[in-house]
Amino acid sequence: MSLNRRTFLKGTAATAGAAILPNILSAAGDTIKLGSVLDTSGGFDAYGKPMEMALRLAVSEINEAGGLLGKQVEVVAYDTQSDMALYSQYGQQLTREDKVDVVHGGILSASREAIRQTMRKTNTPFFYNVLYEGGVCDRNIFINGVTPAQQAAALVPYAMEKTGKKVYILAADYNYGQITARWIQKFVEENGGEVVGVDFFALDVSDFGSTIAKVQTAAPDLVIAPLVGGAHLSFFRQWAAAGMKDRIGLASTTMGVGNEHKVLTAEEGNGIMVAYNYSQELDTPANNAFKESWSAAYGDSSAIHELAVSHYQGIKTWAAAVALAGSMDRDALINAMESGLSIEGPAGNLSVDPQTHHAVLDVHLMEIENQGMRVIETLPQQQPIDTQSVCDLQANPDDNTQYEIEI
Amino acid sequence: MQGSMSKDVMTTLVVSAALIWALPLMVSTYTLTILIIYGMLGLSLGLIWGFGGIICFGQAAYFGLGAYTYAIAAINFGESTIPMLLAVIVPAIFAALLGLMMFYGRLTDVYLGVITLVVMLILFKFINSTAGPQYVIGNARLGGYNGIPGFQTLNVPGDPSAYIWGDAYFYVCAVMLALVFILVSALLRSSFGRIAVGIRENETRMSLMGYDIRARKTILFSIGAAIAGLAGALFANWSEIVTPSLFSLRQSAEIIIWCIVGGFSNRVGPIFGAAGLAYIKILLGQQSMVDNTLIMGIILVVFVLFLPKGLVPAVAELWNISFGRRKRGASRSGRRVRNRGKANG
Amino acid sequence: MDLSAVIFIEILYAVASLIMISAGLAVVFGMMKVINLAHGEFMMMGGYTTITAVNLGVNVFVAMLIIAPLIVGLIGLVVERLVIRHLYGRLIDTMLATWGLSLFFIGIVTMIFGNTTTGISTPIPGFTVGNYQINGYNFFIILVAIALVILLYAVLKGTRAGLIARGTMQRPDMAASLGYSPDRIYMATFFCGSALSGLAGAVLAPLVGLVPTSGAAYIAKAFITVIAGGPSLIAGLVSSSTVFGIISQTFSFAVSPVMGEVALLVAAVVLLRLLPQGVTGKFFKGKL
Repeated sequence: MSLNRRTFLKGTAATAGAAILPNILSAAGDTIKLGSVLDTSGGFDAYGKPMEMALRLAVSEINEAGGLLGKQVEVVAYDTQSDMALYSQYGQQLTREDKVDVVHGGILSASREAIRQTMRKTNTPFFYNVLYEGGVCDRNIFINGVTPAQQAAALVPYAMEKTGKKVYILAADYNYGQITARWIQKFVEENGGEVVGVDFFALDVSDFGSTIAKVQTAAPDLVIAPLVGGAHLSFFRQWAAAGMKDRIGLASTTMGVGNEHKVLTAEEGNGIMVAYNYSQELDTPANNAFKESWSAAYGDSSAIHELAVSHYQGIKTWAAAVALAGSMDRDALINAMESGLSIEGPAGNLSVDPQTHHAVLDVHLMEIENQGMRVIETLPQQQPIDTQSVCDLQANPDDNTQYEIEI
Repeated sequence: MQGSMSKDVMTTLVVSAALIWALPLMVSTYTLTILIIYGMLGLSLGLIWGFGGIICFGQAAYFGLGAYTYAIAAINFGESTIPMLLAVIVPAIFAALLGLMMFYGRLTDVYLGVITLVVMLILFKFINSTAGPQYVIGNARLGGYNGIPGFQTLNVPGDPSAYIWGDAYFYVCAVMLALVFILVSALLRSSFGRIAVGIRENETRMSLMGYDIRARKTILFSIGAAIAGLAGALFANWSEIVTPSLFSLRQSAEIIIWCIVGGFSNRVGPIFGAAGLAYIKILLGQQSMVDNTLIMGIILVVFVLFLPKGLVPAVAELWNISFGRRKRGASRSGRRVRNRGKANG
Repeated sequence: MDLSAVIFIEILYAVASLIMISAGLAVVFGMMKVINLAHGEFMMMGGYTTITAVNLGVNVFVAMLIIAPLIVGLIGLVVERLVIRHLYGRLIDTMLATWGLSLFFIGIVTMIFGNTTTGISTPIPGFTVGNYQINGYNFFIILVAIALVILLYAVLKGTRAGLIARGTMQRPDMAASLGYSPDRIYMATFFCGSALSGLAGAVLAPLVGLVPTSGAAYIAKAFITVIAGGPSLIAGLVSSSTVFGIISQTFSFAVSPVMGEVALLVAAVVLLRLLPQGVTGKFFKGKL
């Protein structure tokens, strides 16, 4: 057969792909393609939808300012419908068929792990812009969310000083919760405190009556609760309903990441101590400008949350690195990222740690107040010390693992 | 079912060869692979529900069990041949044990549904709560909610460094599905298969004729689980990560929806239902106009109301009405579906 | 001593909430042999109705006890007319159709309310038992559950409508020949079942963070409770809720909430293995 089946196959696949995709405007390579995989429907879309909005906002800002390297940035976006199998599917589609230049996305750690190896094999730079459990060591990925050590190091001493030395930990039963609980334990002990109990809850547990009674039996001064998702929000509600709020202090490393504090009433939420990279109440010129352009694009700025800002900052960091590298070559991009690059985002200054590809950023200690997060103290430029203790991509660039950090 | 077995095998081979050649021209092999895997999963439920009358709401349990068995074994053995075999055997044994418990406990129709559903939920909750470092099998961490990534994927038997992936993996999966299909056809043609259909139609009658219904149901259930397990192992190789969502209610629901849309009481219906709907789902993820859950819901309701027998039998009937002589078989099978509905209610 | 009192109340609460969760499904299944897999979504919509009403300034108890059941009952009525009506007597088909409806409702509610978690706070303050604080709202749920069971019993046993309903369920042909239209009675029953689902969702709403997919958390539990209860409506509902409530809450206290749920599921498997027709297939036979 003179017709080469392989080329024919590729050709038809590409045309079929282009015909299906409404958001690919042109098939030729005169744009920079940014691939996005986010859960914008299904159970996790409370996180994913604002992230998608942040992505569109960042890209339109970049394009309005003339694009990158003289080209417009084009978004190729897929909705993974909160289904891990679709991450594998679209990861392949983005890299093999759409041949995007970079991928930003992934929300849960499982979704990141589902596509990380595909990105690595196809040499597609991958940005995972979400707060997570730490420990990923891979030259091809950049992560700019806060890690447990960054949060717990700030939150635990403050909360203990305010309440007392006996601490009870209630954590979500998955990777993030388990690892965060260990870090909290470490910092509690370092600060001369004592952990009187640790309990883990599957993500669909929504009845905390027995737990609240159990906590009272242990009589701690402080409860730290890295609980995740809609079902776990019930804990904060039931805690307040039982009248525990004024008896035992409450802190969390996750409450508010998806704007959960806006769901709780002021009486339920007030006084919960948290530590994040971003708060809508940050009164800085960068944040005010960001909120204004968000409002201009989407009407009002109430949807902004920690993850959306992380995503926005991740895309801006990538854009700065591309401009610095002067080409779309992967190694040039990585070198530019590793050059000590830093940007000024809505949440403050953020710079890339060349050793781990994680971020050095400001952590704000906050208290929930009237459905907002009042900033109490800013700890500038916190290093991702957890990942740094196991990962050195400068010394060992071929590393490709997610470390479980021994504490 | 007219014609002889050898004719059946020939038809299967010709049709599948044609599809294996033609489909990659239209859809990427990576997408086709998952469609084939889902097709096999659909077939596994079609076999036990459509032909055996066993109402199973938890078919995803065996799919997930196969995938997890493969992943755990692959990490421990560092090659893929034994894990592939285990991924078929473990779900089959698990289902056999469960079947013994259910069928010897005289459980029928909707109660079977509840037990299979509950067993799946137990597996789901268990796997979901294994995030701690204490849950290890050999070298494999179970990983809880985040699942198990980074295991050895399919390799040429005997040579762990020769991976089968990409286009080659598509051909492997396609051939596997064709083989499973032929085996299922052979099974249904055998006396075992005919008796299974007899049991579905009227359990009392068959038991009065002296057949051991409980043993036969258990075996059929176990075969269905083995096929689902194989599909699970293939899925694990395709996605390169296994997560507890494989065991979820949503996954089980999807399998049933596929079978309903394709049509239960025939062999090709579940396969096409699965492949078609999974493809629609993939296409839907590329638009953001309408909520995707909404569309799947409407599809299901419309099918139950207007095409309760499923697409494939409906098309076949239409074909017969418009082009062929009305065959007795077609109208008979139509009545059979109706009776089944009544018998269950 | 204080702790055991707290545990006792929590167990009562667990039983009560299982009764609430399952009541709507039990009525529809017990009377019509229709398993409504959109039951969880009916509850979810009850919750959303309450929250919307409260945000519009309605008193929270009015919203929970009157508005939510009414609205969800009406939705149920529409569903019955459009879909369920065509599927009576086809158990599996109704399950599948209602499964489709559940996806449909999740989609609709997502499009209207978005997928962010919403909720209202509990209207009753905390309660002190010795050294312990417990959620005062638990008592409210226990009360509502008791009232619900009594009301169900009274209506079915004591009123003419209940008599007609029971008669129709047993022999629709006889009821029809006596001049009662089974079609209309089925319709009314489905309305009541949906309203009960809506009520349950509304009453439980202040305890949880509500998202459009919340229903999925309830349906499996409700389904298991109703099936394990067996043919008698009220006796089955109460007995299986009691068994499961005690088991799951005991394990929650002794080990963890996750183990509590697993224990509930294991108990269901064992129970159905021993009593293949449900609890009331063996005990309380022929009771309501």
